[in-house]
Amino acid sequence: MNSLINIIYLISISFFIMGLKYLSSPRTARRGNLFSMIGMLIAVVVTLFDKEIVHYYYIIAGILVGGVIGTYAAKKVQMTAMPQMVALFNAFGGIASALVVLSLFLIHPEQMDLSTSITTSATLFIGMLTFTGSVLAFAKLQELVKGAPVVFPGQQVLNALLHLAILVLAIIFVLNPPSAGMTVLLAIFVLSGIVGIALVLPIGGADMPVVIALLNSYSGLAAAASGFVISNNVLIVSGALVGASGIILTNLMCKAMNRSLTNVLFGAVGQESGTTAAHGKRQVTGYTPVDAVVMLENAQSVIIVPGYGLAVAQAQYALQDMVELLRKRGTEVLYAIHPVAGRMPGHMNVLLAEANVPYDLLKDMDEINEEFQNTDVVLVVGANDVINPAAREKGNPLSGMPILNVDEAQSILIIKRSLSPGFAGVDNDLFYNPKTMMVFGDAKDMLVKIVGNLKKDI
Amino acid sequence: MNGGLLVSIYVFVLAIFAGIELISRVPPLLHTPLMSGANAVSGITLVGALISAGTGRGELSEILGFLAIVFATINVVGGFLVTDRMLEMFKKEEKQK
Repeated sequence: MNSLINIIYLISISFFIMGLKYLSSPRTARRGNLFSMIGMLIAVVVTLFDKEIVHYYYIIAGILVGGVIGTYAAKKVQMTAMPQMVALFNAFGGIASALVVLSLFLIHPEQMDLSTSITTSATLFIGMLTFTGSVLAFAKLQELVKGAPVVFPGQQVLNALLHLAILVLAIIFVLNPPSAGMTVLLAIFVLSGIVGIALVLPIGGADMPVVIALLNSYSGLAAAASGFVISNNVLIVSGALVGASGIILTNLMCKAMNRSLTNVLFGAVGQESGTTAAHGKRQVTGYTPVDAVVMLENAQSVIIVPGYGLAVAQAQYALQDMVELLRKRGTEVLYAIHPVAGRMPGHMNVLLAEANVPYDLLKDMDEINEEFQNTDVVLVVGANDVINPAAREKGNPLSGMPILNVDEAQSILIIKRSLSPGFAGVDNDLFYNPKTMMVFGDAKDMLVKIVGNLKKDI
Repeated sequence: MNGGLLVSIYVFVLAIFAGIELISRVPPLLHTPLMSGANAVSGITLVGALISAGTGRGELSEILGFLAIVFATINVVGGFLVTDRMLEMFKKEEKQK
């Protein structure tokens, strides 16, 4: 029986791996997600035949409650709110793993050998810090609490002490599991929760994509750690896959901002935003949507650079209307997507896909950066730091960050409310470039006017 | 250190390598669905929760197990459904235009 269950777990693992493999192309990605679902279903069903399970009412009730909430959330969530949702789901994964090992300890306190007690403490630690850290990340993204980083003197020392205390408690538990028991585990539970809050407090809004990716990784590692506790390979492998995914995305995000992970976690960037904004004395001529239409109509090739501001203004639909009209005239139009456009990895692509932009028009930075020099007009909507040429110079917060080479195009059209700098607080010279035409106003209003004028001319 | 733990560590390390290989091939276009999908997969801890909720050895352990099932199921069901919802939106342009 036991080896049969393990063989079926292996089939489930194979489905997860095939699922990830199919995610390598948008053509097959949906099938990949289906494969992962099948893998999960197999793992759950076969577990129900485990010889230890005798009661089913808690199981049925739990799956019903969780299933209804999960379905509701998945159907209702706005695409702009995806980062919050992923943060919240990370939290649930973390707390679930922590609760599982607590419950297992209550069931088999006598079975706590060396490896089980070590992995039990580790699961509690990772699970709880994922939980509280993710809940705080959720609250910051949802603007329930202030997004600005919170730093106070002695923060690092407090952090170090917390980790030390958890380590000592874990050692006490490992040395004498049954008698030290629940009290010690609960202390680890609470302290690890505080560690999670301390981890996310000093991180500002602009760095949230990195933190969500990191916590995504932790939620996987928590599942893997709980797999060590019950020597279950399906948990270990799936947890490791999620852990690897989170680590890769964390790295990509850090590279896209030219920051190290340590700098993101402890740098507290963004707390003084707005201080450098005041000295914008240079003047720029504002153009009208009609001027923009003339420029767009004369272009053979157009690249659009969207930023999160586009989605905030809900202007992506008007933008795609404009793109369709231009393409009907025979203009070549592509979208250039910077890795940190949006508020989580790949976020902008989803927001545009929702507005019916075909994915073959969406090009990531490395694919499109060579194309700007052969492009007539670049239209920037709601993006700022990712096109700021200051990133190529030394000595400012943006230095070294890879940017889209917008300034290489023949002309540049920027729709923006004002000349204010982006998250990094660095003035953008591109606004004052003689090739640049600034159209001041709300992204949606301006795009709707552009669309209206384009229609008139057809 | 017992043999079981050692095997688990082998499996874990190999899975990390396999994961890195597979996930490096996911294009940036799909990184958000990748994250929400990974989210759903991390709900695999549901398997552990099922075991802890159904043993019938003490009310407290079963209640903790029940809560774990609720959280993990939200993760699994919500994660997969929202990923599917997103992936459905990614469409290639029709050839005839």
